[in-house]
Amino acid sequence: MSSLTDGSRILKYVDALCEGMGQEMEADPSVFVFGLDVDDHKAIQGSTKGLLQRFGAERVFNTPLSEDAMTGVAIGAAMAGMRPIHVHIRMDFLMLCMNQIVNIAAKARYMYGGSVKVPMVVRSMIGKSWGQGAQHSQGLHSMFMHVPGLKVVAPSNAHDVKGAMITAIRDDNPVIFVEHRLLYGTEAYVPEAPFEVPFGKARITRPGKDVTLVGISNMLVECLRAAELLAEVGIEAEVIDPISLVPLDFDTIFASANRTGRLLVVDNAWMNCGASAEILARMGESMDRPVKMKRMGFAPTTCPTSPPLEALFYPNPATIATAAREMLEPGAPAWDPESERAKLTYQTQFRGPF
Amino acid sequence: MLPEADLARIYRSLRLIRRAEEETARVYPSDKIKSPVHLSIGQEAVAVGICDVLRPDDVVSGTYRGHAAYLAKGAPLKGMMAEMFGKATGAAGGKGGSMHLVSAEHNVLGASAVVGTSIPAAVGYALALKREGKGRVVAAFFGDGATEEGVFYESLNFASLHRLPILFVCENNGFAIHTPLSKRWASPAICDRVKGFGMPAQQIADGDVFAIRDAASRHIAAMRDRTGGPAFLECFTYRWREHVGPAEDYDAGYRDRQALTPWQTGDQVARVAGMLPADARKRIEDEVEREIAEALDHAETSPWPDPKELLKDVFAD
Ligand SMILES: Cc1ncc(C[n+]2csc(CCOP(=O)(O)OP(=O)(O)O)c2C)c(N)n1
Repeated sequence: MSSLTDGSRILKYVDALCEGMGQEMEADPSVFVFGLDVDDHKAIQGSTKGLLQRFGAERVFNTPLSEDAMTGVAIGAAMAGMRPIHVHIRMDFLMLCMNQIVNIAAKARYMYGGSVKVPMVVRSMIGKSWGQGAQHSQGLHSMFMHVPGLKVVAPSNAHDVKGAMITAIRDDNPVIFVEHRLLYGTEAYVPEAPFEVPFGKARITRPGKDVTLVGISNMLVECLRAAELLAEVGIEAEVIDPISLVPLDFDTIFASANRTGRLLVVDNAWMNCGASAEILARMGESMDRPVKMKRMGFAPTTCPTSPPLEALFYPNPATIATAAREMLEPGAPAWDPESERAKLTYQTQFRGPF
Repeated sequence: MLPEADLARIYRSLRLIRRAEEETARVYPSDKIKSPVHLSIGQEAVAVGICDVLRPDDVVSGTYRGHAAYLAKGAPLKGMMAEMFGKATGAAGGKGGSMHLVSAEHNVLGASAVVGTSIPAAVGYALALKREGKGRVVAAFFGDGATEEGVFYESLNFASLHRLPILFVCENNGFAIHTPLSKRWASPAICDRVKGFGMPAQQIADGDVFAIRDAASRHIAAMRDRTGGPAFLECFTYRWREHVGPAEDYDAGYRDRQALTPWQTGDQVARVAGMLPADARKRIEDEVEREIAEALDHAETSPWPDPKELLKDVFAD
């Protein structure tokens, strides 16, 4: 079956993302896409493919390597009524945009007394594998979550990336749009017509009663794989995709964790002051019955390039499943899901229907 | 013409870089190098021309396209290969990869993969060297794309204000990834822009390794005897392979193979080879092949980093 009655088709993340941008550009002439290499033949790994041909060089254009100033340009254009999408092939490069994003984009609405709005989208991709290393693999979303005035979304599948992109473009605020390189090839059912994925609404991707797994960005996929491994030892994990981190649908997470009594948050980032810390802190503040809590994320180091070290740097389905099981059965006999079966779970992805 | 000993040294350096990168490209499809590689094939003459007039205690700052500057400064090929293979014996213990080559021993500052970010650090190093007062200088390499970052101009201004001993070397290969200069620069007159900061700026348009060497030599001599401050060289050059990866990409559509022809005709590796007597040339080439074979073998046979390395060096002890 390749399409559903609602007109959904199986689509890759990258193509769904591109479709969402294209449909909004079609609908609204104030939307434009710019950034380094958006208009070359590689088209940001395909995510801007065909946009130049359809909408022309005034609305789809490359820039000099000047991220700081270009972010300001996006802000100014947004204040003037346009809807820029500023694209960065790696999230690491957003560090050059930080001053403009944090000191102007996030605050303009408030410090100018509600007289302006900054409807811009800042797209960037987290890299992984093949020795991307220190400066091409960072997940820095929590830095933006820290600052009032910025929305932060991290869709984990093709359906949500299209809908969330459309929501982001239509939003009157700066939206930090977090993608992950390894999600680009993943497939899901995606409606053809434009649709919105609302911010502040999490999705229970897989129901379960024993432990709540919250997976951020690509870690959602790893959590789904971990849930399969856990099922093999009789543990039913509930897997939640927050989709948007600011605003965060904490109610859904709270209700689930309250039900299962166990909450494991797995972030595609470091843990210190991270999204995982934020979610557990809210849980700690709100819970009215004991809930066991744990988080996982990058090792607290710079990402190394050497393959054996890189493998230790990231959570994976086996380490997630092991940690989750330990929450249920402390001191359970040693379990090594690092087997052929664990590898098979790498085929898994959540396709919907949604 | 330079004496034969100078020619031999320059040729050895050019040849080592060319062949080491060709071998890197050859090995790459085996997946033993799990690291993005940005090859300098075709661009060797810039690093070699500049580094040939540097003292061992002078300092070089390069980029993610940094194999040439690293090797031209005399840092070991073994460390570079092992680093690309992710091995414990690599230049950064396997933690940095191809994009972050470093050699404290040979005064090669660690390279950055965020374009332009190493330029101000090189200026800071020059500040320290000026205070030190031993006549040491910094040569900072970067691409044409890096000059579009604000930090480049801020660095020029500061270096000039304090007359710091730093040679800024722009390796202008005409492209930032696939985007030509004409889509990025409002005016090609970068030397004029730089002169506005009150420092000499010179363009070398033909890739001539000796012209690059002469220019560097003159500016650096002035820095050493304190008659001169920072200087800027714009060296035209050409990247023969794709932006990142081992292959050619003339069928991708963003550039034409015809543009390569003059650079191949004027290839400095072949040119300097032709200036040497046959036996001297052969001796160098044999030596280079041996060095590369040893480096590859070293990379293959070196151990992986110990898992404990993961958490080491987050902080200095
Ligand atoms: C700040 C920053 N922006 C974007 C990139 C992505 N990027 C990597 S190399 C490159 C082009 C750089 O061109 P240039 O400085 O001319 O050096 P070359 O690669 O040609 O040697 C770009 C845009 C990056 N690494 N860092």
